[in-house]
Order: sequence, then structure tokens, then C-alpha cells
Amino acid sequence: MDYLHQFVFGIYPYIALAIFLLGSLMRFEREQYSWKSESSQLLHRGSLRLGNILFHLGIIGLFFGHAVGLLTPVAVWDALGVTHSFKQVFAMTAGGIMGTLCLIGVLLLLHRRFSNDRLTANTTWRDKLVLLWILATLLLGLGTIFVSAGHLDGHEMVLLMTWAQHIITFRGDAATFVAGVSPMFKAHLFMGMSLFVIFPFTRLVHVWSGFGAVSYLGRTWQLVRPRH
Amino acid sequence: MKIRAQIGMVLNLDKCIGCHTCSVTCKNVWTSRDGVEYAWFNNVETKPGIGYPKDWENQDKWQGGWVRKPNGKLEPRQGGRLKILANVFANPNLPAIDEYYEPFTYDYEHLQNAPEMITPPTARPVSVLTGKKMDKIEWGPNWEDDLGGEFSKRSKDALFEGIQKEMYSAFENTFMMYLPRLCEHCLNPACVASCPSGSIYKREDDGIVLIDQDKCRGWRMCVSGCPYKKIYYNWTTGKAEKCIFCYPRIEAGQPTVCSETCVGRIRYLGVLLYDADKIEAAASVEDPKSLYEAQLGVFLDPNAPDVIAEAKKQGIADSWLLAAQNSPVYKMAMEWKVAFPLHPEYRTLPMVWYIPPLSPIQSALENGLIGENGIIPDVKDLRIPIQYLANLLTAGKEEPVVKALETMVAMRRYMRKKSVEKVVDESTLKGTHLKAAQVEEMYQVMAIANYEDRFVIPSSHKEMVENTFDDKASCGFTFGNGCSSGTSEPSLFGKKKASPIVFHDMRRDRKANAGE
Repeated sequence: MDYLHQFVFGIYPYIALAIFLLGSLMRFEREQYSWKSESSQLLHRGSLRLGNILFHLGIIGLFFGHAVGLLTPVAVWDALGVTHSFKQVFAMTAGGIMGTLCLIGVLLLLHRRFSNDRLTANTTWRDKLVLLWILATLLLGLGTIFVSAGHLDGHEMVLLMTWAQHIITFRGDAATFVAGVSPMFKAHLFMGMSLFVIFPFTRLVHVWSGFGAVSYLGRTWQLVRPRH
Repeated sequence: MKIRAQIGMVLNLDKCIGCHTCSVTCKNVWTSRDGVEYAWFNNVETKPGIGYPKDWENQDKWQGGWVRKPNGKLEPRQGGRLKILANVFANPNLPAIDEYYEPFTYDYEHLQNAPEMITPPTARPVSVLTGKKMDKIEWGPNWEDDLGGEFSKRSKDALFEGIQKEMYSAFENTFMMYLPRLCEHCLNPACVASCPSGSIYKREDDGIVLIDQDKCRGWRMCVSGCPYKKIYYNWTTGKAEKCIFCYPRIEAGQPTVCSETCVGRIRYLGVLLYDADKIEAAASVEDPKSLYEAQLGVFLDPNAPDVIAEAKKQGIADSWLLAAQNSPVYKMAMEWKVAFPLHPEYRTLPMVWYIPPLSPIQSALENGLIGENGIIPDVKDLRIPIQYLANLLTAGKEEPVVKALETMVAMRRYMRKKSVEKVVDESTLKGTHLKAAQVEEMYQVMAIANYEDRFVIPSSHKEMVENTFDDKASCGFTFGNGCSSGTSEPSLFGKKKASPIVFHDMRRDRKANAGE
């Protein structure tokens, strides 16, 4: 295992997480006025409704799929009687469906953004970066389905799960588990981790608020603020 | 009983001349910025007309305001909390900017730089959204000014509901009126209820509804939730903005800019006391035609000893109680009942009230006479259909509007006799509920309309809640981000978006000028 591999899969995850968490905190604390979803719906509707709903449906599904799939300890699946092979096929299917929804969505959004005068005139490079980065990560992720289809025993998946679990439990040997996985997975992991790096510097921060907005479901209709 | 106070507004449409001074002064002060060029916190529409944004009164289309569910509970018309949350990705009820209008400037430079040509050069409109030339300007905040456009288009006006409108297309039967519109600072605001971030709130002390610019995340549900379409999405900052009722002026006891600058002196500002515990029940009354009366029931008599005692106990300052007793808004809305809320059927309990306009009589020539009362017309002969006014102000119930117009006619009859014939003739008030003293006071407030009678605004007593010493050297009014102007140069987290080329030079110039 070489130096670069150890850095990218053993050290970089922590750098990415630190930038993600501290960057978000800093922006929330210091630049709340810049914290928003940056909707462009007012300027041009186009395929926004279909595209954005598909995109968000897909990416929220992928987020929770990855979180549950990667971070649930192998022992739990074993105790539940879920075989590695079955879990892999299930992950490929669910991920494939969600990934396809997300892909259609992101392509519609990209087309909308680049084909309309009003939007091209008002799109920053950060907006483009986010969409294109997600597209690249997504394509690599969908690509891994074809890699996985070559071996349905669940072994590679367990290696990836072990890597993720060792990362978040601060065990230094995490990188060794993914040394042998397919380059497609490695590229997907790198792009995925880097998404956390760009997160605080782009409109992606609205994801925090999106989850925060769930508290709206239990809120009173009216809000009245006293003077002090 | 939870007593709260609010600064309410009355607009006397009988005196509005449609000059747009309120709109222009408001724009100069509050929305002469990037991203809100298209937004008019105050605009004046000519009715009949579909207005700005187009068709804003058609709630079947825009889904603003509240609906009463079969169980008697209220819910925003655009949906319950779950549906609102599910729609944040793409709000199906959000008007596109073209429904307001595509903001534009003109290519003035061409007038200076044009080469020699056969025809004189023109300054073509340039879109602020794209920086490109526009073929045509399609709409604006006063597009139908003075009945501009064809009858077939403006007759889509939702206020024609229940009226045989074809006859009003004939030139001799045409009627019009002006409707200045701003945020209603409702008692039961649908925008507040629609905000998933909880960034919109009503101020307890003066009732002003504000958007916390730091907490707004740009989910846009307030824009569709407001039935008056008076919340605007700033397309450069990604935050919603609305009329702030000039709160820095109100806090200092000064009238709002639109009121201060009103040429016709049609605007009034004053305190209303209300019982916050009664809001929900009043907004939930089953029959929409009872909503106006239900709303009146929320307000408290500032002269009643028990109300005064309770208000003092709940911490309302003496200066506010005194202002409530002298409030022109209370007099016109509650005592004289000549001012009405705008579209009570939206169930928002709006707090900007309107006095309906009198209008010339319909067919004086054919009748060969002008009303049974001499030179002053009968209400039933008025050119503007009563049903039309009722659809605007009382959810279609004609009786209160007729009564208000009759009150105003009686006032004119009495005062005409007094000032022209120099006779105080109380018999001119026969058949009305009016007394001479009240007519004199109404005349003073509504017709003479002196500054101090129009604006009775107590200052906000900030000294009770904050130590002004701590405020020394602090920033004043800003758009979020603490003391930053919100237009900081590029930072780690991205710079503020700005409208393309056209206004860039202007902004740079402004900054350069300020720097010198």
C-alpha cells in the first residue's frame, strides 16, 4: 500500500469531514445571509419541477441508502439473516433506481441551466461546479453497479462497509481495506468525499436547512416575536 | 384576554388620484437594489384590471391565503405542512417573474453614441435579467393604468364575480378606481404560516410582519402563501423580501414613506388594540360574508376602562393607550365603519383598511335629474357597482359598503349646506345614524385630513427593552449578515449575485462616489 493510497483513503476523509463540519459551522455563524437554497425558479421554470423533484428524490434516497448501507455494522446484517450477496444485489437495485432518478433529474437541471439566457447570465461558477461535480460522482457511482455485477458475492461491498466504519470509528487501518477494490469505486469514493469539501462553499449548505425544515411539521402556524 | 397593539393603516380611496407617488418614494427608499427591481412593496393598480402580478386575486390559480377545512380548522390554501414541505423543491404556485414583469432599463447610451442615421436613434429596453435588448415590455406594476388595454383583458378581474360585466364594456358605462396595495401586516398572516424556516414573524409590540433575512433560506412558500402577492423573491440574494412598514420610521413615531408622501393625503396611521386570543376563531368563521364583522370583533375599545386596566397590566405603555384612543384608524374602521379590510375572504385578517370610493352617478342625463337628494347622488346610482366594491372589501356582502357610502354622502350633504348655504341643517342627516358632532369630526379627519389627524403614531419605547448605551457605534439598518451591507466583495463563501452588465457600472459608480 503506497503513500498516496493511505493519504486519499486514510487521511483525506478526515480532512474532508473537518472542512465540511467546521466550514458549515463557520458559514452558519458568520455568513447567514449567504445561507440559502439559491432557487432560480422565479427567473425560469422550464423543466424545474420534473427535474428538481426527480433529482432531490434520487439524491435523498442515495444519501440515506449510503448511510444505512455503509454504516450499519456487518454483525447486524448477519444477525438479521441478510446475506452479503442479497444485500449487494439489493444495494445495486435500490442504488440503480435512485441513481437513475437522480441522473435524469440532474441532466434536466443542467439542460435547463445552460439553455436559458436568464439562467446562464445569472449562474455563478460555484453553481456549475456543484451540478457538474454531482453529475460526475453520480456517473461513477452508477458505473460501480456494472463493476459489482461481475461478482455478486458481496465481498467487495463488505470491504467498503468496513472502510467506512473504520473511518468513522477513528481506526488508522481503514485505508488497507479498500486497497484492492476496483478503480471505479476508488474514484467514486474520492469524488464523494470531495463533495463534502466543496459543501460549505456552495449552495449545498441548504441541505442542512432542508433537514432542519422538517421541524416545521410540528410548528404552530403563527410566530410572534416579542421585543426582547 | 391577550391584548396586543398594532399600527394599522387606512387608505381613503375616495381621495386617491392614482399619482403613484407612494410607489415611487417607496421604491426609491426600499427597492432600488439588485434583485428587487421588479418588486414594488407598494404599487397602485387601476381597477377593474387583473393587476400585478397578473391575476393576483384569482386564488384558484395562485392558491394564496387560507381555507377552512370541514372540521372548522384553517389551513393555507396551498396545503398543509407536509404538502408545503414537499413542494420546496419546485413550488407549483410560484408566479414566474414574467407575471410581474421582466425588469428593464433603457439603452440610453445609444442616444449619445448612435452614428448618423435616417431616423432618430431610440433607446431600446434592455433586460436586467440577461443584459440583452428586449423586443417588447409586456407588463408592469401599473400596466392597466387608467383603464389601459382592452376590456376583454381587464374584465378577467376576479372582482367581477357575480356581476353582469358586459354592460360595463360600453363607453358610457365605464367605471374605474385606484387601488394602492402594500403588505397588509395581517393578524393571521398566511406567509408566516407557510415559511418552513420560521423566518417570518409578526412583531408583538406593533404588529409589523417582517422576514428575518438571516434565517430565510429561499424556500419561496411565503410568496405563494400570501394571497396579496406582496412577498417578493430577490433573485440575486435568494431571499424573500417584503414591505417592512418603514419600521425604522414607525419606531421613531414617524409615518411610513408612502403615507408621508401621499399627495392626496389619503393615508392614515393609528393604533388598534386587539385580543390575540380571538384571532383564530375570527378567521375560522364559516360564512365568508361574516368575516368582516368577525374581524371587527377582535378589536378592543381603547376607551373602555376594563380594557385600559388590562392593557396596562399586560405592559402596554400609556403613550400607546393614548394613541389608541386618538387613533384615526380606530375611528374610521370601528366607530364610523367606513373603512374595510381588503379581501376578508382570504381569512388573513388584514390590517390595511380601505374606504370605498364614491363615484359619479350612472345615468343622470337620461333621468333628467340628479338623485332625489338634490346635487348629492344616491348611493344606488353610483357608477361603480356596489357588488364590485363588496367583492373587494366585504367578501361580497353589500350592506356594510352601502352604509359606508351613505355615511360619506350624508357628510357631504351636511357640509355642503353648511359651507355653501351657511346653514347647519341636521335634517340633512335624517334617515342615517349620524349626529352633527360626528359628521364634523369625520369631516375634520377624512376631508381636511391634517397631518396630526392622519398620523397618530407613538414611538416604540425601545428604552424599555434595550440599553442604548450598548448600541453606540453599532450599525443601523442592514440586510442581514450583522453589520455587513450584504454586498461584500467575494469571500470564501461566494459573493453576492448581481444583475448582469447593465447595472454593474451604475453600482461601481455609486461605490466609487461613496468612497471619495
